[in-house]
Amino acid sequence: MKMFTCIKYVPDTSEAEVKLNAEGTGVDSSRFSYDINDADNYAVEESVLLKEKYEGDVTVVSIGPKSSDVMIRMAMAKGCDRAIRIEDERIADHDPLMVARVLAGAIKDQEFDLVFTGCMAEDYGQAVTGVALAEILGVPHAAYVKKVEVEDGKVKAHRELEGGLREVVEISLPAVLTIQTGINEPRYAPIRGIRQAQKKELKVMNLDDLGVPVEEVGADASLVVLEKLYIPVVESKAEIIEGDPDEKAEKLASILVKGGLV
Amino acid sequence: MGNVLVLAEHRQGELRDISIEMLALAPSVAEALGGEVTVLLLGSGVDEMAGKIAGHGVKVLVVDDPLFADYNSDKYQKVLSALIDEYKPRLVMLGQTAQGADLAPALAVEKKLPFVPDIIGLEVEEGVIKATRQLYSGKVNAVVALKEADTGLVAVREAAFEAPDPVDAGAVEKIDSPLKEDLDYRKFVEYIEAEIGDVDITQSEILVGVGRGLKEDKNLPIAEELAELIKADLCGSRAACDAGWLSDDRQVGTSGKTVQPNLYICMGISGAFQHVAGMKGAKTVVAINKDPNAPIFAEADYAIVDDLLKVVPSLIEKLKELKG
Ligand SMILES: Cc1cc2nc3c(=O)[nH]c(=O)nc-3n(C[C@H](O)[C@H](O)[C@H](O)COP(=O)(O)OP(=O)(O)OC[C@H]3O[C@@H](n4cnc5c(N)ncnc54)[C@H](O)[C@@H]3O)c2cc1C
Ligand SMILES: Cc1cc2nc3c(=O)[nH]c(=O)nc-3n(C[C@H](O)[C@H](O)[C@H](O)COP(=O)(O)OP(=O)(O)OC[C@H]3O[C@@H](n4cnc5c(N)ncnc54)[C@H](O)[C@@H]3O)c2cc1C
Repeated sequence: MKMFTCIKYVPDTSEAEVKLNAEGTGVDSSRFSYDINDADNYAVEESVLLKEKYEGDVTVVSIGPKSSDVMIRMAMAKGCDRAIRIEDERIADHDPLMVARVLAGAIKDQEFDLVFTGCMAEDYGQAVTGVALAEILGVPHAAYVKKVEVEDGKVKAHRELEGGLREVVEISLPAVLTIQTGINEPRYAPIRGIRQAQKKELKVMNLDDLGVPVEEVGADASLVVLEKLYIPVVESKAEIIEGDPDEKAEKLASILVKGGLV
Repeated sequence: MGNVLVLAEHRQGELRDISIEMLALAPSVAEALGGEVTVLLLGSGVDEMAGKIAGHGVKVLVVDDPLFADYNSDKYQKVLSALIDEYKPRLVMLGQTAQGADLAPALAVEKKLPFVPDIIGLEVEEGVIKATRQLYSGKVNAVVALKEADTGLVAVREAAFEAPDPVDAGAVEKIDSPLKEDLDYRKFVEYIEAEIGDVDITQSEILVGVGRGLKEDKNLPIAEELAELIKADLCGSRAACDAGWLSDDRQVGTSGKTVQPNLYICMGISGAFQHVAGMKGAKTVVAINKDPNAPIFAEADYAIVDDLLKVVPSLIEKLKELKG
C-alpha cells in the first residue's frame, strides 16, 4: 500500500496571547512554540498502522519552513519512510485551495492508494485542504474519519457526524481521507526510530521542482482576498473572582454553597 | 441577478437546525445583491420538510428521488454543479457541518468558486461579498472578501445565528433530478449510533468538566474528588476524551453531547465553539482557566483566572469546611 500523509506545523496558541503584527496583516508569531497539528499526528499514526498491517510505505508531505524539519523527522521516527518539504514564498498560503493544489503537485504523478490529511488545522481551522486535494487529484474522499477498514481495493471509512453519530461509507481506492482526532493512540517515537529518521530522505522542493506553475497557486490565482484582521472583544458577563488561589477558592465555595448551587 | 441558493441539510428524517439558521443571513444578503433566496432540498419523501422550510417565506426547490435518501458527497456535488450552471446563483450557502465540510471544498475546486469556510458573519459592501471567520480558535477574526465571480460559496458555522421565526409560506417547486443514476465510487453503508455509557450526562444536574489544561491523567483525581463532593458527574472536552482520560460518551460539544445542567464547573477548557455549542443550556457556568483571554470566559457567570491545580484542591477543602 502506497500512502502520502500531509502534515502541518502549527503554533500552540491555546494558552498564548495572540497579537497582530504592526501592519495588521498577520499575527506576531515570534513567541509561539510550534508542533505538528493535532489531527495530523493521528493521521501519521493511522498511515503507519496501515503500513504495519499491509506493508507498503508512507511519504510525508508538508508545506512549511526549515524549522519544521524537526516535526518531519519525528514523523519519520514513528515509521514514515521519506518526506517532501515544500517551501516557496510565491504560494498564496492564505487560501487552502492553493495549498491543496501545491500538495497535489507533489502527489499527482506518483502511484498512491491512500492520502491522509488531518480534518482541520488548529491555527486557521478551515477544514478545507483534504477534500479540496481529493477533487484536484480526481479521487473519492471521506472527511472526519474515525475508523479505517481496507478490503479488496476499497476502504470503509467511518465518518464522525454531529452528536457522536457515525456514518459508514465505502469508497474505492485510491482515495483521500481526512482524519479526525481520537481515531487511534499516537505512539511515541522509539529511540531507534529517532536515529533511523536522520538517515531517511527529506527532499526540499519549490514550485519549479514540482512543476506547479505560479499562475495557478499565487495571489492572483486565489479567488479570496484577506481584507483585514482584528482581535475580537470577548464580551463576558462573568463576575471575576479575585485574590490568591486560596482566596479565590474560598469565595467560590461560598458562592456555590450560599447560592444553593451545590 | 443576485440570487442566493441555500442548501438545506437533513439526516435520518429530520431537518437539521443549520438549514433554518442560514435563513437569518440569506434574505439580507440577497436583498443587498438585488436577488431572492431559494432553498434547495435534496432527499426522498421530504414533502413535510419542504413545507417547514417554505414556512419561512422562501422558495424551496425540491429534488425528491430515492437516489438522495442519504447524503452522499458525490451525488450532492453533481446536483449542485448542474444547478449552479442552470440558475447561476450569485452566492451558494451551506452549513459548516460534517456534511458541508465533506462537500464544499470539492465543489469550490470543481466550479472554481471563491469560497470561505466556517463563517460567522456575512456582508455585502458595494457589491462585494465579505465574510468574517475566526482564526486561532477565536482569538483573531478575519474579514475575507470573495473576488468578483458569477457564483461564490460560503459555509456557515452551526449555532452561530439564531433561527428566525416562520413568517409566511413560500412556494415549493419540485424539479427532476439532474443526476439520473447512482454513482459507484462512494456508497453509504450505515449509521452507527453513539455509544451509551454508564452515565447519561445530558440528564446531569451538576457537571464538572475537564480539558487539556488538566495536563496529565494523574491529575484526574482532583476533578473526581470535586465531582464526588458536590454530587456532580464528570464530563470533558474532546481533548480530554481523545487523551483517554474520559470515555467518549462524556464528551460535551457538537460531536459529543448537548448538556443542560444547573451548574457546570469547567476547568482547563479553552471554550472552542465546538465545545461551547454543547453547553449553551447550562444555567450557571463557573470557568477556571489560567488564560484571561480564553473564549470560555464569554460563557461564564463566575470566572477564575488561575492555575486549576492550585485552585481546585483548595476549593475542595473549603467546600468540605462549609458543608461540614
Ligand atoms: C485570513 C487568513 C489569513 C492567512 N494568512 C496566512 C499567512 O499570511 N501565511 C500563512 O502561512 N498562512 C496563512 N493562512 C493560513 C492558510 O490559509 C492555511 O494554512 C491554509 O490555507 C490551509 O488551511 P488550514 O490551515 O485551515 O488547513 P485545513 O484545511 O484546516 O487543514 C486540513 C489538513 O490539511 C493539511 N494541511 C494544511 N496545511 C498544510 C501544509 N502547509 N502542509 C501540509 N499539509 C497541510 C493537514 O493535513 C491539515 O490537517 C491564513 C488563513 C486565513 C484564513
Ligand atoms: C469537527 C470537530 C468537532 C469537534 N467537536 C468537539 C466537541 O464536541 N467537543 C469539544 O470539546 N471539542 C470538539 N472539537 C475540538 C475543539 O475544536 C477543541 O480542539 C477542543 O475543544 C479543545 O479542548 P480543550 O479546551 O480541552 O483544550 P485546549 O483548547 O488546548 O485548551 C486548554 C485550556 O487549558 C488552559 N490551561 C492550561 N493549563 C492550565 C492550568 N494549569 N490551569 C488552568 N487552565 C489551564 C489553557 O489556558 C487552555 O485555555 C471538535 C473539533 C472538530 C474539528
